[in-house]
Amino acid sequence: MELVTPAIGLVFWMLVTFSLLLFILKKFAWKPILSSMKEREETIEKSLQEAANARAEMQKLNQQNESLLAEARAEREAILKDARDIKEKMIGDAKAIADDEAKKLISRANDEINRQKNAALDELKKEVANFSLQIAEKLVGKALESSDAQKALIADQLGRLDNQQKASA
Amino acid sequence: MHAKTKQMPDFSTLPSGHRIQKFLFAALFCAFFALNVSASGSETGEKAAHEAPHQEAKMDPGKLIMEHIADSHDWHLWGHTSLPLPVIIYTKSLGLSVFSSGKFNHGHDTYQGFKLNEKNQVIWENASNTESIYDLSITKNVLAMFISVFTLLFILLSVASSYKKRPGMAPKGFLNILEPLILFLRDDVAKSSIGPKYERFMPLILSIFFFIFVNNLFGLIPIFPGGANVTGNIAVTMVLALVVFVTVNVRGTKDYWKHIFLPDVPKAMYLILVPIEILGVILKPFVLMLRLFANITAGHIIILGFFSLIFIFGAMSPGLGFAVSPLSVAFTLFMSFLELLVAFLQAFVFTLLTAIYIGMAVEEHHHPEHH
Repeated sequence: MELVTPAIGLVFWMLVTFSLLLFILKKFAWKPILSSMKEREETIEKSLQEAANARAEMQKLNQQNESLLAEARAEREAILKDARDIKEKMIGDAKAIADDEAKKLISRANDEINRQKNAALDELKKEVANFSLQIAEKLVGKALESSDAQKALIADQLGRLDNQQKASA
Repeated sequence: MHAKTKQMPDFSTLPSGHRIQKFLFAALFCAFFALNVSASGSETGEKAAHEAPHQEAKMDPGKLIMEHIADSHDWHLWGHTSLPLPVIIYTKSLGLSVFSSGKFNHGHDTYQGFKLNEKNQVIWENASNTESIYDLSITKNVLAMFISVFTLLFILLSVASSYKKRPGMAPKGFLNILEPLILFLRDDVAKSSIGPKYERFMPLILSIFFFIFVNNLFGLIPIFPGGANVTGNIAVTMVLALVVFVTVNVRGTKDYWKHIFLPDVPKAMYLILVPIEILGVILKPFVLMLRLFANITAGHIIILGFFSLIFIFGAMSPGLGFAVSPLSVAFTLFMSFLELLVAFLQAFVFTLLTAIYIGMAVEEHHHPEHH
């Protein structure tokens, strides 16, 4: 029975001691210990989080780099294609212009040739008329009354000949 | 006065002339220093000699054990040497009296009208005086508690300062032992039992655990600073339980009180349930008190019991005592190891149950209709 009867003295001292212990430990031991433990845990957690963030950032950057690279590649392709197109177009244009020019030159040359030919023919016709007149004078022996009337006759005759030629052509 | 039958008072329990046993006892004392019995064994012997002066000194294991686990006004060190402790007594008629327990001369003398009875309690010399005595003496258990508390303070305050010196760094040295314990108590005891409000109760939970643990360990040390049965004393466990009781009921939420006085049952059940719930409020800390007291006291009794076997058999025949001693020592050693485990386990159980009771008291029922 003595064993399970709390002694008043021990209860008193225990109350005093334990209250003091609780107070001192709470203030000077548990508070700093628990707070620095928590602080350290938070630091570790933060560091891990930061590392994860950095890794994610890195990955994002890498992806960005890759997409940038792909974009650059595509752009290069586009530029090259444009350049090729422009080159082809330029060549085509130049060719067309050259063709045009050539055609123009040829037609001008043709015109010139025709003009020269016609001029030559006209000259020839005049010469032929003169020659014919002279020949006719010689043949006839005397000059016709009016050479003008003769000339008109010949021109008329040559014009008919001309028309005949054209019709046959 | 009292019979000092032997020149060597340590061994006055033993029948005279059995030098082998004396030698054996001395050897055991040296070899199994860590067993918490040796000092008490001789102490009891001495007391037995005082109380039965005309008989052959006889071994009384029950008395030996009871005297070891009970409180005392002086602290037996070795042989006939005890540390006298201050006696502080308050009575209405005499006021406060403070004197050394040495004045009682182990219960043989009276001083200022007081004397010690056979249970080591201070009583009036005149038996007809019925005035009550308030004994606030620094007894063996009080001193042992002071020593362990100072040790605890020293360790924990130095640990706290080393935390301040190395902020945010990994634990080092003694911290490596303490930090897992503190973390364990925080994460697996407080956080899991109390819930989100655990932080406010951490100082109490940690203090209770370390107080019990350190006192349990000191109780296992057989020589001077240890050996007292502090956590196996009902007064100590009563105060601890009282602290828990006050904390739980002061911090109890509205839900906690509603659960006790207005449980969610038909009104007719209140007649049965409310008294049970009220009883539960008192029983929880009461069980805490008894469990710690009983476990630690039982441990001390078992170790002492095994050790006493040597002397019980030795009293029958010296040869038998000699034969039994190795077995007894082996058992005592085994029990001492077991007690190391119990020292931790009981501190842990007390703390865990404290946390659970606090958790029940501070819990908020969000859905009171389905709890």
